Amino acid sequence: MTVDGWLTIVLFIVVLTALAVPLGGYMAAVYSDERTWLDPLLGGPERLIYRALGVDRERGQDWKSYAKSLIIFSLVGWLLLYLILRTQTVWGFSGLNPEGFHSMPANVAFNTTSSFLTNTNWQYYGGETTLSYFSQMVGLAVENFVSAAVGISVAVALIRGIAGRSGRSLGNFYVDVTRTLLYVFIPLALIVAILLLSQGVIDNFRAYVSFKGITGVSQTIAMGPVALQEAIKLLGTNGGGFFNTNSAHPFENPTAFSNFVEMLAVLVIPAGLVFTYGKMVGSRRQGLSIYSAMMMMFLGAVVVVYIAEAHGSPAQHAAGLHTAYVNGAGGNLEGKEQRFGIASSALFNVVTTVTSCGAVNSALESFTGLGGAIPFADLSVSEVIFGGVGTGLYSILLYVLLAVFIGGLMVGRTPEYIGKKIEAREIKLVVIGLLVTPLAALVSTALAVSSRAGRVSIDTAVTGHGPQGFSETFYAYLSQANNNGSAFAGYSGLVQPRAGNLGAHGIGLADYLGGFTMLAARYIPILFVLAIAGSLAAKRVAPTGLGTMRTDNGTFVVLLIGVITVVGALTFFPALLLGPVVQGLTGHLYP
Amino acid sequence: MGTVTAPPPPPGPTTTGGSRQAISVFRGDIARRALIDSLLKLDPRVQVRNPVMFVVELGAAITTVTWVIQLAGGHALAGHDPAWYTFTIAVWLWLTVVFANLAEAFAEGRGRAQADTLRSMRQDTVATMLDGTTKRADALTRGDRVVVLAGELIPGDGTVVEGIASVDESAITGESAPVIRESGGDRSAVTGGTRVLSDRIVVEITQEPGQSFLDRMIALVEGAARRKTPNEIALGILLAGLTLVFMIVVVTLRPFGLFAGTAISDTTLISLLVALIPTTIGALLSAIGIAGMDRLVRRNVLALSGRAVEASGDVDVLLLDKTGTITIGNRLASEFIPMPGVAEAELAEVAQLASLADETPEGRSIVVLAKQYGLREHDMSALGATFVPFTAQTRMSGVDIGGQQLRKGAGDAVIGFVNAAGGRPPAELQPALDRIAREGGTPLAVARDSQVMGVIYLKDTVKEGMRQRFDQLRAMGIRTIMITGDNRLTAAKIAEEAGVDDFLAEATPEKKLELIREQQNQGRMVAMTGDGTNDAPALAQADVGVAMNTGTQAAREAGNMVDLDSNPTKLIEIVEVGKQLLITRGALTTFSIANDVAKYFAILPAIFAATWAYAGSHGKGPLSVLNVMGLGDPRSAVISAIVFNAIVIPLLIPISLKGVQFRPIGASALLRRNLLIYGLGGLIAPFIGIKLIDLIVHNLLGA
Repeated sequence: MTVDGWLTIVLFIVVLTALAVPLGGYMAAVYSDERTWLDPLLGGPERLIYRALGVDRERGQDWKSYAKSLIIFSLVGWLLLYLILRTQTVWGFSGLNPEGFHSMPANVAFNTTSSFLTNTNWQYYGGETTLSYFSQMVGLAVENFVSAAVGISVAVALIRGIAGRSGRSLGNFYVDVTRTLLYVFIPLALIVAILLLSQGVIDNFRAYVSFKGITGVSQTIAMGPVALQEAIKLLGTNGGGFFNTNSAHPFENPTAFSNFVEMLAVLVIPAGLVFTYGKMVGSRRQGLSIYSAMMMMFLGAVVVVYIAEAHGSPAQHAAGLHTAYVNGAGGNLEGKEQRFGIASSALFNVVTTVTSCGAVNSALESFTGLGGAIPFADLSVSEVIFGGVGTGLYSILLYVLLAVFIGGLMVGRTPEYIGKKIEAREIKLVVIGLLVTPLAALVSTALAVSSRAGRVSIDTAVTGHGPQGFSETFYAYLSQANNNGSAFAGYSGLVQPRAGNLGAHGIGLADYLGGFTMLAARYIPILFVLAIAGSLAAKRVAPTGLGTMRTDNGTFVVLLIGVITVVGALTFFPALLLGPVVQGLTGHLYP
Repeated sequence: MGTVTAPPPPPGPTTTGGSRQAISVFRGDIARRALIDSLLKLDPRVQVRNPVMFVVELGAAITTVTWVIQLAGGHALAGHDPAWYTFTIAVWLWLTVVFANLAEAFAEGRGRAQADTLRSMRQDTVATMLDGTTKRADALTRGDRVVVLAGELIPGDGTVVEGIASVDESAITGESAPVIRESGGDRSAVTGGTRVLSDRIVVEITQEPGQSFLDRMIALVEGAARRKTPNEIALGILLAGLTLVFMIVVVTLRPFGLFAGTAISDTTLISLLVALIPTTIGALLSAIGIAGMDRLVRRNVLALSGRAVEASGDVDVLLLDKTGTITIGNRLASEFIPMPGVAEAELAEVAQLASLADETPEGRSIVVLAKQYGLREHDMSALGATFVPFTAQTRMSGVDIGGQQLRKGAGDAVIGFVNAAGGRPPAELQPALDRIAREGGTPLAVARDSQVMGVIYLKDTVKEGMRQRFDQLRAMGIRTIMITGDNRLTAAKIAEEAGVDDFLAEATPEKKLELIREQQNQGRMVAMTGDGTNDAPALAQADVGVAMNTGTQAAREAGNMVDLDSNPTKLIEIVEVGKQLLITRGALTTFSIANDVAKYFAILPAIFAATWAYAGSHGKGPLSVLNVMGLGDPRSAVISAIVFNAIVIPLLIPISLKGVQFRPIGASALLRRNLLIYGLGGLIAPFIGIKLIDLIVHNLLGA
């Protein structure tokens, strides 16, 4: 551990909060349909879009209508993306397939389409060896923008439901998606892309560059339109890298500064939305209490990972490697980029596993036992520590409602949240909404580890069937169920003899099980969240008094953290024992 | 309200607290019956209503079958488990279900004992109809008119339409003093099964057969009419959801274990499942509900639905009638204001003489006040006094003594009297009268022949201890609004004196109803008490309407609770019972869930003790270090967790029947307190409990 390392972490949190507060206020204006300073610029195009789509921006939708629009919109998006991935060769005429890659096999395309649609960005493929520039730009980059906007729209609908005063309308889905894209994502993505370009991130349509290196070995360097897709990959907590090595690749994340910008880009919207929430429900303190709960859990995760990585593993201690002098810091540097070092690698990976981003700048599977267990833990609490854009807020609000229910009973009143009574219907929706993700993760892991078809995905050459095989599989489905997308590398769903898909085939169980897991774990909770929003919107608001349990003070923050960790721990403790915990407790290498 | 005549004194005892005693759970007959019931309730058709306990029963049945197969020499389901292990687990799983049933049976048993007492009051009576014919009491229908004479039981619920009688209602209220019931007015309702002690009344029956007050009360305390309340349903859903999660966790653990080369037997998996699902709260949930109702009945309050009890915990606003509730109801003399030239003591003496024969509370209070001036009671007969009683025409009372005419009465009446005697009232009289009226008091002028001596200040007196009660309510988060027919000024003064938060002056039934609606539209839950027919619409509109048992039938039917003691401040206790009910459920839920952490640490290291063991690790896997409690061996660890899980249920029966204490310390402090006790306590307690049980089990096994 170094002073620099801790300072990086502190500076990050300060800058993040300083950016999130004004952004949150700005987004509150965007979603309250108030004028913003971008109106003169964007008002025209916005109206044009509504006219083209035939959307009446004044017409609110009840939850069923909102959900219907969302499902239709997603279905169309899914079909388009699947079509693009399956017809990669057809679009060669555009000049955007310089390497002449073939189309993706059907099962991998199913998984990839579901993955990008659900904001998961789980990748069984490596971008530079599988996808043309056309597929990346027109297919994936567009879905990166759109899937993130869908997540935010659901969160905004839930906010309106909570803040609503005896109405039925949750807003208009198409308006919310349009405004998210125009007023939030596009301006921010441009800013981030320019900052990344300034650090050396590439953005071109050139063919891959081949040359002989100084050792005489021939190398190919991949090119591509990276910068904008990189920006939205982070801002939309998508996480699907342009290149296989994701943010560890120098063309995606070249410098320590770009690394800092990328981390901020990941968290700024999820963190900002919490303040948006506070503003829109009319009580900044409500937003602040959720922010505190998130920040405390986030800090806990960062501190543990940094200490664990800086300490190094037992094996490294045995070999005397932990004291290796690198930039003044020893520790576990396996699988980490020298330009980032331990603190920035630890921070980056916590940032992307607490959110549903899933980008990586170092190899998770090379982390120490404890350091590697934290990403598992982050995923186990269902992406509520900031979480994905929109998804993080609506997921933690489900936990908030659960905490309010249990706490409310303990103060002797029918539980209320911001004046709305939490009754049997809400509890039913909350319980199901919260259960889908963990259940999907457990059931799909069970299917995968107990079947031969599932076990072929495990990287047997390296790890055999030891605890690492279980960790890989469990992490794969935990990550897909949480729409995260990061991986404990090794678990595969694509067999690719050479770059470009010729002769490639997917691994059916991994591709389809993963695809269905992602779709179920994304859309079922969304439907329940919208139903809760509808149910809350119609409720009368009760004024708060001395007898009402407060949800904007420290006691509630403690209760909320307790509920989140206990529910997460109770669900995943047995599975975690058999994977990362075993690995953390022994230095023994299993065949 | 009249100026001099006193309103009737508040009926019923003014002290709070039930006249019904808690029936001990440990009474022999109740315990015996409960034990039998707890076995009868093993019927799966009963258990299926409680998903958590149904899962336990299913697990108990499967382990029992496993054990029987083992006895027969088979190995199906059992894996490598020895038969004694399967047997022990099966026994404790059955006990878990029995303990849960026992909790419910105890709660029901207490209610049933109450009901039996009530049932013995219900006798088959023969009613005499108005036309002289007779009819069996249970055949009476709405609208029948019956005659009831002294010494007879009233055959059914109804309204007195003719006559006045004293009635012994101890059968339902437990209060032995007889009460007056008369036709017209607000005290016309009579209850079937109560006895007329004097006189003759004609009662119009207002119930259908089998629907009497007593019938409903019996059904209620027996729990037969018990429906799940909204919060209970919501909590039930949460518990069912948790049960589902843990089922998936346990079912998926088998393939996870197999991947790691560890086969886990069904018996052990079932044990883990039962340990994890919220059996503690699942077992006690219905007992908590029944006991809550029982606590209300013990306080002599009859809730017509469990929903109303729960709603009472949510009350934000309490409407209280001023007269009889906040104030004593009688105006008492508090000050003598002499006119110029009259000594205060002289005025006091005249006032005292004029009031000696006045037996109204006001009259007595004047005598009491005058005593402070050192005046002792006079021997009236020695003075040859003649009393002049109060009449509606003169609106004065007094005494003629020693040739002097002493009078006290309403200001204008006394002025008329003085004028007639040839005197002139002093200029200071009218301002004094006005000032008192303005301050909410009642002025009585006092005259001796043609001279006005002064004015007596009669004050509406706030009952002792009301301010503390309102402070207590405020700490609970409940605002009190005083309802009065007085003018604004008077109302404001008394409101301030009593410490209520707000008041409604010059109240009419319409204004009352409007106030309730307004509060409800602002999202508040409103509670009120009432007794008169004109209270009925407001009682029906309020979320919690407590009708006084002395009230009219209309009021009793409009409210959703009846207070048998007819004590208006009983609402405070009702609110406490409602809150206690929710707190107990929340606290035990928290405890139940927090327990799981320790159970994981007991069972999982036991299951995976040898998992991923390698050459040189002495058969111990890396996960065996998680046996932080140092439990003896894997089987005793599983058994200890299951035994703890089972015996914690009977240990918590007293808390669930008594209820977790409610303290008016504000919601945040209350939450902190309960989180510490039941959350943190729930985390720690099982570590200790399981360790202790393991010490015994492990040594018994002789391992």
